[in-house]
Amino acid sequence: MTAISVDGLCKSYGDYEALRGISFEIAEGEVFGLLGPNGAGKTTTVEILEGYRRRDAGTVDVLGFDPDHAARAFRERIGVVLQSSELWSTLTVHETHRLFAGYYERPRDVDEVIALVGLEEKRDARVKTLSGGQKRRLDLGVALVGDPELVFLDEPTTGFDPAARRTAWEMIRSLRALGKTVLLTTHYLDEAQQLADRVAVLREGRIVSIGTPAELTGGALDTEIRFRRNGEVVVLHTEEPTKVLHELTSQAVAEGRELEGLEVRRPTLEEVYLALVQEEEASE
Amino acid sequence: MRLFLHQLRFEQLVFWRSREAAFFIFGFPLLLFVLLGSVYTGKIDGYKASSVLLVGMIGYGAANTAFAGTAISLVNRREYGILKRIRSTPLPAGAYLASVVVSSLIVFVLDAVALFAVGRVFFGAHLPSRIPSLLLVILLGTAVFAAMGLAATALIRSAEGSSAVVNFILLPMAFLSGSFGPTRKYPHVLRAIGDVLPLKYFIEVVRAIYLGGHEVWAKPGALGVLAAWTVGGLLVASRRFGWEPRER
Repeated sequence: MTAISVDGLCKSYGDYEALRGISFEIAEGEVFGLLGPNGAGKTTTVEILEGYRRRDAGTVDVLGFDPDHAARAFRERIGVVLQSSELWSTLTVHETHRLFAGYYERPRDVDEVIALVGLEEKRDARVKTLSGGQKRRLDLGVALVGDPELVFLDEPTTGFDPAARRTAWEMIRSLRALGKTVLLTTHYLDEAQQLADRVAVLREGRIVSIGTPAELTGGALDTEIRFRRNGEVVVLHTEEPTKVLHELTSQAVAEGRELEGLEVRRPTLEEVYLALVQEEEASE
Repeated sequence: MRLFLHQLRFEQLVFWRSREAAFFIFGFPLLLFVLLGSVYTGKIDGYKASSVLLVGMIGYGAANTAFAGTAISLVNRREYGILKRIRSTPLPAGAYLASVVVSSLIVFVLDAVALFAVGRVFFGAHLPSRIPSLLLVILLGTAVFAAMGLAATALIRSAEGSSAVVNFILLPMAFLSGSFGPTRKYPHVLRAIGDVLPLKYFIEVVRAIYLGGHEVWAKPGALGVLAAWTVGGLLVASRRFGWEPRER
């Protein structure tokens, strides 16, 4: 089943074309990542799907609804973590969850959700006493308290320290275990690689690449082989790493040499991504 | 209705838990009343000065809770992304705004009760007799100032400026409308400005009920002005009110 389908989506702000016809589909239960630099159109895309913005052209289907005309029934089924939003600083974690739980017809148990996002110890603490990472977990908790099928996470770990990011990643993985469909935006490449089943790379309002992290790193770039010869670094790029490596090593063995500092590397998503971005820049 | 009551409960919880709001919105009119009531003695327009001031403070309290309180808290919530966050939940916009306005009505009713109690205890003021009429005008006052509060929310662009802009409107309006004492000796220009502001007419109706012993409909002209301001405020709000932060 398809949770989200987007076809030819366009959006302009005045003369500025934020989205220039993007299309993708997200299956139920899938974790889908929208990856791209700032200003690529990630938040615009998500906010159109959430029903905050109206599109200029294209068709959009989210859980069988058109978000432009989405009513309460639609909002019963989605959970939203905005890029930046605060909550009432004087309420406690528990009260904040109860407040949001009251908006939904079939909310989850509040204490269960607080445990899920790891805020049990802060259950009765005022929101203003929470750290940045804890506030973000609170955002996730109130997004989950209505037991949504589909969760939107707009840059869920921006500004986190590495430990907090790991914790957040664990939580997002647990959403998959709950069977939720997740649409996640990020400009962290490792985050997309770690969390997403599939990734769409967005640049200047267009999808420049889409696929699983393995597919993106797979065919897109050659394997890199590095070694030192007479102290100089030699870098080879090849589509046939097995053959090239065999030739190199058998020659070295025959000559009784060592291939110093030999390295064979698959490109990381980061390199693929930078290559995609550079291609775009070169073509401009 | 369930959602409205749910939200109303939390609006009240949030209000009373914020000490600054509770003091400036609820406590400030009481404090001003005690201060002014101690300064003005004797009679104003043939009535006991403290009773006239009591009416003025009820006017100030209405504008303070429904106009200033609503506008400042809604602008802050909008700029901090709380309003945007709420819009993605099934809570209907109307239920949310209604709970904010009714919450300010509750605060104002409590404020009015406290003002009468303070008047009775400190200045020997009499208790009001026309209770249904008084409740009606309190309802109407909340409506007009809440409508203005929604309009102000729609026009104010930043959280930092909200309190300054709101007080820049509230305090001169209260001064020109006679909240802090009689306006008879004010210059013509100032009285002319006061004549178009809704607070003057609200005070006029409250005075007719509390001091004159009339019913609420004794001042149809004043009620008309209040209705016009309510409609005007709602018109501005319906065109310009937004749920998303203006400043990023």
